[in-house]
Amino acid sequence: MTEKTTPLWEVFIRSRTGMAHRHCGSVHAADAEMALQAARDVYTRRGEGLSIWVVPSSEIIASDPAQKDELFEPTASKIYRHPTFYEIPEEVGNM
Amino acid sequence: MYTQALNARDTEAGAVEDADRVAAFQARVDAEEKIEPNDWMPEGYRKTLVRQISQHAHSEIVGMLPEGNWISRAPTLKRKAALLAKVQDEGGHGLYLYSAAETLGVSREELTEQLLSGKAKYSSIFNYPTLTWADIGAIGWLVDGAAIMNQIPLCRCSFGPYSRAMIRVCKEESFHQRQGYELLLEMVRSSEEQKEMVQDALNRWWWPSLMMFGPSDTDSQHSAQSMAWKIKRFTNDELRQKFVDATVPQAHYLGLTIPDDKLSFNEATGHWEFGEIDWDEFMRVIAGNGPCNRERLAARKKAHADGAWVREAALAYSRKRADRREAARHAAE
Amino acid sequence: MTSDLFTYTLRLADDAAILGQRLGEWCGHAPTLEEDIGLANVALDHIGQARNLYSYAGEVEGAGRDEDQLCFLRKEREFGNCLLVEQPNGDFAQTIARQLFFSAFMLPFWRKLTGSRDETLAAIAAKAEKEAAYHLRHSGEWTIRLGDGTAESRARMQDAIDLLWPYTGELFEVDGVVERLVADGIAVDPETIRDEWHATLRRVCDDATLTLPPVGWMQSGGRSGRHSESFGHLLSEMQYMQRAYPGMRW
Ligand SMILES: [Fe+2]
Ligand SMILES: [Fe+2]
Ligand SMILES: [Fe+2]
Repeated sequence: MTEKTTPLWEVFIRSRTGMAHRHCGSVHAADAEMALQAARDVYTRRGEGLSIWVVPSSEIIASDPAQKDELFEPTASKIYRHPTFYEIPEEVGNM
Repeated sequence: MYTQALNARDTEAGAVEDADRVAAFQARVDAEEKIEPNDWMPEGYRKTLVRQISQHAHSEIVGMLPEGNWISRAPTLKRKAALLAKVQDEGGHGLYLYSAAETLGVSREELTEQLLSGKAKYSSIFNYPTLTWADIGAIGWLVDGAAIMNQIPLCRCSFGPYSRAMIRVCKEESFHQRQGYELLLEMVRSSEEQKEMVQDALNRWWWPSLMMFGPSDTDSQHSAQSMAWKIKRFTNDELRQKFVDATVPQAHYLGLTIPDDKLSFNEATGHWEFGEIDWDEFMRVIAGNGPCNRERLAARKKAHADGAWVREAALAYSRKRADRREAARHAAE
Repeated sequence: MTSDLFTYTLRLADDAAILGQRLGEWCGHAPTLEEDIGLANVALDHIGQARNLYSYAGEVEGAGRDEDQLCFLRKEREFGNCLLVEQPNGDFAQTIARQLFFSAFMLPFWRKLTGSRDETLAAIAAKAEKEAAYHLRHSGEWTIRLGDGTAESRARMQDAIDLLWPYTGELFEVDGVVERLVADGIAVDPETIRDEWHATLRRVCDDATLTLPPVGWMQSGGRSGRHSESFGHLLSEMQYMQRAYPGMRW
């Protein structure tokens, strides 16, 4: 007997610390409400969260690892975006 | 964690892989980069991971049964809550791990099918019965203790989803071991009769716990490849020794005797030396002939079969609701 | 009055403990892994409520009995839980129906009890109210899916509703204990909850395409210690350790 597959959902939790929702795992559920309940029951048992997002895993669009270089390499040379690139005399103080 | 049966050799190695890609992959692993599901990986790496992660997941799920056996009989409400929360956690661990395996392209349904058909293995330890309340303490202390030994290095596993799942699991495990040890401590302090129960539990769980680390390195062909892939960080024997060194003093603190007359402390090495593990028993239990193998599988099969109509109903409802929404949209157009 | 408060608190404690015991039986055997974890959460909520309520009952009684003595060392006829919570788990539909009937009652019950003149009960109620809200959501959503799912699930869910319906009358029973405590501003008059309870069930059952049975003959007896035959078995399992090893610490 091959069983029908129950959809997979990705779970994102916003913790108490005021951080953005963060991916923490996945659950199986037939629909969105069940996914939300499952996410609450599975991933917030230790007071981890104040808000939950669930997203159908099939709806996630991922970048292609093969394109890693063209996507992410070009930024490596743009060191002028980083504050340490600029020299400010110490007497000026924190900036 | 429960990696003991991993050491079967991959015979179906399949097509020859591009040597450059393999080398580039190995270089990434050597540089401690994490491998993610969509990255290219050697087929052997993928297969090894699917097998190890799913086996680990099955162990968590089957592992709910021996301890679950005592939830209804826990002696106090505090212990009942702790045990239920602990067994529930194990279910969570199974869930995290199934999810990690699913990133490699096998579905939960397929994985469940592999367990129920007897095709997939799970840790031999869960085929032993829990006979008294002291067994609950012994499992927390020894079985979760051994699991932690195994799992901590897995937090650094080269495969991202497995490593992240293990980090989550490890955070939850330490309460498991502590509640077990505390429970035993309370028992040995309370009365002589309870102390005897605890000793009896140790006698029965000690050797099976040592077996949890899997065959000795000399008999374990798969170890080297897993080490190179950084799926494994320590050998079976190294982890087992670590476990013995940590556990023997804890047993003594409880006033217990380890059931091993060869046990002795080697001043020179700083390690506890222990007797020979009964590998025949280990192989027998792995092969399906332990005290509870049949019951464990039967219980999982029953839960799965009894729940089939519930899972179908939830799917049917979601289809119906989607259809209704669709119909409503058409009507509105 | 003290003994009324003791009896009342003890009944609430017994409700929570026995339901927690029943729900705990599911652990490792639920229809999905997610639900296994979900049901355990509901069970843990009830065990937590039971602990607080037993502790308070013991305090009120003043005879030195703690939560465990009250839970594990009383006999069948001394338990005052309602019959609904002790009903066997049955299939998943029966567990969900039991949960729906009970939490649809307990949510407004706890909410009202937060206004009790007894501060400890009010504090326990404030925590329990939030838990009950989730229990109702959980069981309500499942009832809808089972009722409006497949033909089989619909039949099972309707059977479960019909089977357990006669045990709901007891939730509204008022005896001298309740009457005196209501007059004193300590207890909740269950009659004030009936409309909300019924409306909740109607809403869920309508969504679930299920029929709520008419109010007819109702079971009774739990509050005065006359329980179901299965209850003694539940107790002999739950109390086994304390009975087999009296006076030991665990
Ligand atoms: Fe675990
Ligand atoms: Fe584990
Ligand atoms: Fe554990």
